Amino acid sequence: MTLVSPAIACRALRKRYGNVTAVDGLDLEVHPGECFGLLGPNGAGKTTTIEILEGLTSPDEGEVTVLGRHWGSHERELRERLGVSLQESRLTEKLTVIETLELFRSFYARGRDPEKLLADLSLEEKRDARVGKLSGGQRQRLAVACALAGDPEILFLDEPTTGLDPQSRLQLWERIATFKAARKTVLLTTHYMEEAERLCDRVAVVDHGKIIAEGSPAQLIARLHAPHIIEFSTEPAVNEPFLAAIPGVSERRQRDGRWFLAAGSLAEAVPALLSALDGAGARLVSLSTHRSTLEDVFIALTGRELRDE
Amino acid sequence: MSERRHPLVALTVARILEFVREPEALFWVFAFPIIMACVLGFAFRDRPADPVSVGVVAGPSAGTISTALERTGIVRPRTYSTVEEGLEGLRTGKITLLVEDADGLVYHFDPTRPDARLARLEVDAGIQRARGRRDPAVPRDALVHEKGSRYIDFLLPGILGLNLMGTGIWGIGFSIVNARLKKTLKLMVATPMRKSDYLLAQILSRFVFLVAEVVLILAFGVAVFKVPIRGSMGLLALTAILGAIGFAGIGLLVVARARTLEAASGLMNLVMVPMWLLSGVFFSSERFPKAAQPLIQALPLTAVNNALRAVMLEGRGLTAIAGALLIITAWGAASFATALRIFRWQ
Repeated sequence: MTLVSPAIACRALRKRYGNVTAVDGLDLEVHPGECFGLLGPNGAGKTTTIEILEGLTSPDEGEVTVLGRHWGSHERELRERLGVSLQESRLTEKLTVIETLELFRSFYARGRDPEKLLADLSLEEKRDARVGKLSGGQRQRLAVACALAGDPEILFLDEPTTGLDPQSRLQLWERIATFKAARKTVLLTTHYMEEAERLCDRVAVVDHGKIIAEGSPAQLIARLHAPHIIEFSTEPAVNEPFLAAIPGVSERRQRDGRWFLAAGSLAEAVPALLSALDGAGARLVSLSTHRSTLEDVFIALTGRELRDE
Repeated sequence: MSERRHPLVALTVARILEFVREPEALFWVFAFPIIMACVLGFAFRDRPADPVSVGVVAGPSAGTISTALERTGIVRPRTYSTVEEGLEGLRTGKITLLVEDADGLVYHFDPTRPDARLARLEVDAGIQRARGRRDPAVPRDALVHEKGSRYIDFLLPGILGLNLMGTGIWGIGFSIVNARLKKTLKLMVATPMRKSDYLLAQILSRFVFLVAEVVLILAFGVAVFKVPIRGSMGLLALTAILGAIGFAGIGLLVVARARTLEAASGLMNLVMVPMWLLSGVFFSSERFPKAAQPLIQALPLTAVNNALRAVMLEGRGLTAIAGALLIITAWGAASFATALRIFRWQ
């Protein structure tokens, strides 16, 4: 695809925990300077994959290179050049924000000034607050600040905004965008479609430890051949053969008593749907439309929803 | 680019800050040993020995026997109306010996109890003298109240050793298991931090508390109970330092793989409780059978207690305690090396 060697690459990655295959033959290439998202529901194998790439978990099979190096032979060098933020890891509560940053800074031979990191992540006001007293959003920003302490070339973020309020999420997105703007590489996992669409140059949809689709968010949505989703419910309910007759609808799914139709053109499909319902004597209970998102891509690929927790 | 501290220094400072901001931990390290020394010190302070309670069965001679017993100054008699009641008192520990004078004198007592055997001697002497025995030789008692030979003098070095062990193993154990549970450790091994730096910092941070802890306990003992320190302070400090390092190393090993606080505290107790009993904290470890001595003497707490007592109470020099210091150092070094190899970081 490119002549530049990939920032992160893995081939035929496999990892089993007892009877559960968490990662099942996964290939991946992340280019330098791009933000790459591993997208999928909880339990899809995202965290296992990113931890293998971070050198924290060893795969049962497969090969990993990061910045052209192997974990086995260049662990220390790689650790100096990477920044990692883990899911669910908690920083020592009794230390203050600045003490925590200075501690992490001390681990790296070269790195960023902790005071600057505070400013970058809008934590100046919390400089001398104990970590235990921070809000969820502040803790998450501090975790990212710690990952940035060594001025890394690649930033690994596992579910960076899970459980955060919208404002904290926006703040983190801005910070990640700034890091990306400095032509650094980001690999993140998320089950928020909006996050992937906002931040990622490319995403890989992961399900059952495999990549089932890969590309830019726009490419993946375009592959649906249906930029719009029509969501409705009626009284009495209508059936699939009835809907098959409606022109311009490429796909039909039913969930919780509602129908979801994927349509190429709303101008064509909506009037056709309304007149068909009218003719059948079905009363419309609700109707809404939205542009297709990665969420719809995921549903189209797996028939399941990406759930938030 | 910015300047940085050496990671070992940064980790040690972080650990110290974490500790001093934990009020409960401070209490256990500093207040607990002092409270314990106070309670035990007062319980065993210098005072006349407790009188021995002895029962006398009612009868014609009961009055004269009781008077004779009272005259010894050591025995406190109480009267029972029947033998059965007296035996009941003996069984429930209200008295240590029962005197019956129906068909000649009978002493009821349990010969496996040392205090009962002593009571028999005192009671018999009192009654025999009251009935006219003349002792051929009358000795004079010269009582010893010398500092350095009282129970508190024996106890204080033991409490110091106990505290070195307790804070080394508890202090290190819980903080590590906590960091493992919260995945702080995992986050740290994702950085270029050296694993040995992390473990060494745990040990180094102990020094700060060590100084406060040892000085406080010693000062308390000297000021309140006039416990003597006969040997060199330098040697005492060396023993405390090596002891602290040794127990910190053992603490690291104990929790090297524990995944939960419950598992960790179980393991810590498994390691510490036998030493509480065997290593001569409250009574001399020499009391255990000879066959068990090689094992008991090889325990780290026995070594530390022996060295502390040799320096404090006997004023011994380095050569006398070199063996004990070697034992605790070997424990610490071997534990640290093993812990580093088998440590679970995530």
